[in-house]
Amino acid sequence: MELFWYIVLMTMLAVYVILDGYDFGAGIVHLFFSKTEQDKKAITNAIGPFWDANEVWLIASGGVLFFAFPTLYASSFSGFYLPLMMILWLLIFRAIGLELRGQVHNKMWEAVWDKAFGISSLLLALFFGVALGNVVRGVNLGGVVDGVSTHEAHYFFLPLWNPSFSPHSEELGVIDWFTLLLGIISVVALTIHGANWIIYKTNSDLNEKLKTVVFNLNIALVALVIISVTIWHIIEPNPFHNFIKTPMLWIFPLIMLTGLFGTFKVKSFKKHGIGFLFSSLFLLGGLTSTVASIFPKVLPSTNNINPDLTLYNVAAHEYGLNIGIYWFAIAVVLVAAYMFIQYKVFSGKMDDVGYGEH
Amino acid sequence: MEDMLFYDRMQFAFTITFHYLFPQLTMGLSLLIVYFKWKFLRTHIDKYNDAAKFWMKIFALNFAMGVVTGIPMEFQFGTNWAKFSELTGGIIGQTLAMEGMFSFFLESSFLGLFLFGEKLLGHKLHFLTGFLVFLGSWASGYLIIATHSWMQYPVGYEVLENGKFVLNNFGALFSNPWLLPSYLHNQAASMVTSSFVVAAIGAFYILNNKHHEFGKLFVKTGVIFGLISSLLVAFPTGDLAAKNVVKHQPVTFAAMEGIFHTEDGGSEIVLIGQPNIREKKLDNKIAVPNILSFLTYQDWNAEIKGLDQFDPDVYPTNIPGLYYAYHIMVGLGTIFIGLMLLATLQLFRKKLYTTKWILWAIVFMLPFPYIANTTGWYTAELGRQPWLVYNLLRTSEGASPTVSSGNTLFTLLGFIGLYLLLGLLFLMLAGKIINKGPELEKHA
Ligand code: HDD
Ligand code: HEM
Ligand code: HEM
Repeated sequence: MELFWYIVLMTMLAVYVILDGYDFGAGIVHLFFSKTEQDKKAITNAIGPFWDANEVWLIASGGVLFFAFPTLYASSFSGFYLPLMMILWLLIFRAIGLELRGQVHNKMWEAVWDKAFGISSLLLALFFGVALGNVVRGVNLGGVVDGVSTHEAHYFFLPLWNPSFSPHSEELGVIDWFTLLLGIISVVALTIHGANWIIYKTNSDLNEKLKTVVFNLNIALVALVIISVTIWHIIEPNPFHNFIKTPMLWIFPLIMLTGLFGTFKVKSFKKHGIGFLFSSLFLLGGLTSTVASIFPKVLPSTNNINPDLTLYNVAAHEYGLNIGIYWFAIAVVLVAAYMFIQYKVFSGKMDDVGYGEH
Repeated sequence: MEDMLFYDRMQFAFTITFHYLFPQLTMGLSLLIVYFKWKFLRTHIDKYNDAAKFWMKIFALNFAMGVVTGIPMEFQFGTNWAKFSELTGGIIGQTLAMEGMFSFFLESSFLGLFLFGEKLLGHKLHFLTGFLVFLGSWASGYLIIATHSWMQYPVGYEVLENGKFVLNNFGALFSNPWLLPSYLHNQAASMVTSSFVVAAIGAFYILNNKHHEFGKLFVKTGVIFGLISSLLVAFPTGDLAAKNVVKHQPVTFAAMEGIFHTEDGGSEIVLIGQPNIREKKLDNKIAVPNILSFLTYQDWNAEIKGLDQFDPDVYPTNIPGLYYAYHIMVGLGTIFIGLMLLATLQLFRKKLYTTKWILWAIVFMLPFPYIANTTGWYTAELGRQPWLVYNLLRTSEGASPTVSSGNTLFTLLGFIGLYLLLGLLFLMLAGKIINKGPELEKHA
């Protein structure tokens, strides 16, 4: 039962990353590559009717985490207190940037909210990558100092950074050079992803330029992925042991590589959606590979006094998990139907939606 | 430890109070918009469609505020109340996860269609998307109140040796006797907010000699819905909510009503008076004998327990706050009924649109449903103290063990600053939409 909910949760998170990921990416593109008012319009039209529903995947994943793995929810949300609060504030800024920009026609007003939207998208992409880095690296569960736990074994608290900036330090921080690297990968990957979405959903003049951007960034992404896999060995001496034990899992890295190399053909795609498909595959494969490599851990412990959190020692009680399946099954069907309708009605190019005009 | 808890509580109270300013309008207004759209489908008079469109603009702005302030709520159970989440997550996580899966998806998917899809969908389907948004927001209210009801009156659970609460009866979460009265009362109250807002904007237009047609439509709709919902709030729903409190949280009820001493031969109802905790009495009291006993038990002489019958260890922690919150809510409720009765009377005598002082009163009333709703929630929440889960888990046992007070104060200040900005922006933009008014759109 735990395993079932674990798969559900990871799937929902992956869906979240793919969907809200293109929103963030569009925001980054908006920040760096859109010059004219028309470009900006095209970008906001392309994500306007979707971002709110996309963000619900985060809320719903949070809900499922809370209900199926309450101990993990409690431990990680209080332990990552500060970064989560900043993520919240950034989400707020991003949403109001997007929603309020079109309400007043004034150059300064528009400039302020454009920047709010763009910068918060960029930082969110960075933070989500950093978050993934923290989960891979692990935390000092129980707050062990000199061999003694200062909290219950499954609680911890992380400051934003530690003075040495190293993932091997005694006192870990949220940001160190390893987590930052994953943050940068996330920014690059989501920028590609967002650009692909814009190419898919609009006829803007920006599209040709974006294809070049996607191509160049993808070169950087390949380099970053190679570096990170190499470095991984420093953090975790044996990162592939799960894959060696269960060779079926190689499918995940394979998905990732398909996405990564497929993206290089961005300029020759006949159908505009294909690029988006490839960057989605990259995100999906990357996430699942990472998760598969630490399985069944969900939050590793960096000390050898308190045990890792695994999906088995953080789960809720049997009865609740069992009964949850019933309503969840109904809900999933409904959600799929909503999404189908939503993307059907807003299928095709979105240049004329007139998002945010009043 | 003490001030850590204090900041956690302040932050939760501040953020939830701010959040709920928006959903109370969302829920009620979605119904009124559906009503306007339905009128249009039946009559094909453009006025109704334009009215629906106008309120959709306010709705969209309000909804965005509700969403951005709602996400922090979902996070804060884990960030600030980790121990509570760990112990009860298997139960309240259930209803919260359902809220995300059943209502937020519904609302957010169809809101996009509702706001941008009129041309693509045609009027009938457009009406349907509006209806689904309404359904989503009311389902959201239902599930959140189901969660809250469990904290007030826990059911269907058992406690394990390690202190964890686990669910053993899913159905009980929804047949909780606390749930239905609370939900209906809350929804009626949110209808009060939205009706009063619609009426107030209408009255504002009439008094300003602007958008006269719409002014009349809004005042009329607002007053009729306002009267119905004000009545429903008091009876039967408020009455039922109060009966739940008497039955399941008698000490809370004593504090709400300001009853320090149990009286033989029936309790009086206090209209005005200031609780004096040290001397255990109300100062400057004005009260009517025996009414409270009758309202509660339909018996003039029934005994109602006073605070003297309980152990001070389970007294609500903030008795004066609770007492005032309750009296402000009930007092405002009475005033709402009075005003709406008068307005309806004038409406039937076809004099409402020219009776200036009533129009002024309606405009002036605009903030008060928000105050009544907020104080109502303070009644519920302060009344539950010192418990997080009534009689089972104390608030002091629920906070995050590792988050220090400095960090919580930091984020509390951050929220205050950010929400101040949001509030100002909201008022400014809503003001702009209202001032521009529902211009008659060109109909192709
Ligand atoms: C327009 C707003 C409004 C108005 C006029 C009233 N209420 Fe109310 N009341 C609420 C808005 C509200 C609320 C904010 O919606 C609450 C908070 C919790 C809930 O479910 O509804 C609430 C809670 C609440 C509670 C506490 C329930 C609990 O502890 O969970 C009681 C006993 C009453 N109400 C009773 C009344 C009575 C007897 C009223 C007589 C006129 C009244 N309310 C008017
Ligand atoms: C929207 C209306 C609501 C308002 C205005 C409100 C208000 C408050 C206030 C003022 C407190 C602080 C009480 C104190 O510390 O003395 C509080 C605490 C709390 N409320 Fe609510 N609340 C609302 C709805 C809810 C709902 C729906 C839930 C549950 C799902 C909830 C869960 C909690 C929790 C967990 C605390 C923290 C512990 C505590 O201090 O009691 N609240 N709320
Ligand atoms: C009486 C209490 C509450 C009611 C009736 C209520 C109702 C609603 C409604 C109708 C919405 C829809 C959009 C809007 O706000 O305009 C909403 C949004 C939201 N609420 Fe609340 N809420 C309450 C308290 C809470 C609490 C305690 C939480 C924390 C778990 C919460 C979490 C959220 C979230 C995450 C959203 C955003 C949903 C989205 O993206 O569509 N709410 N709430």
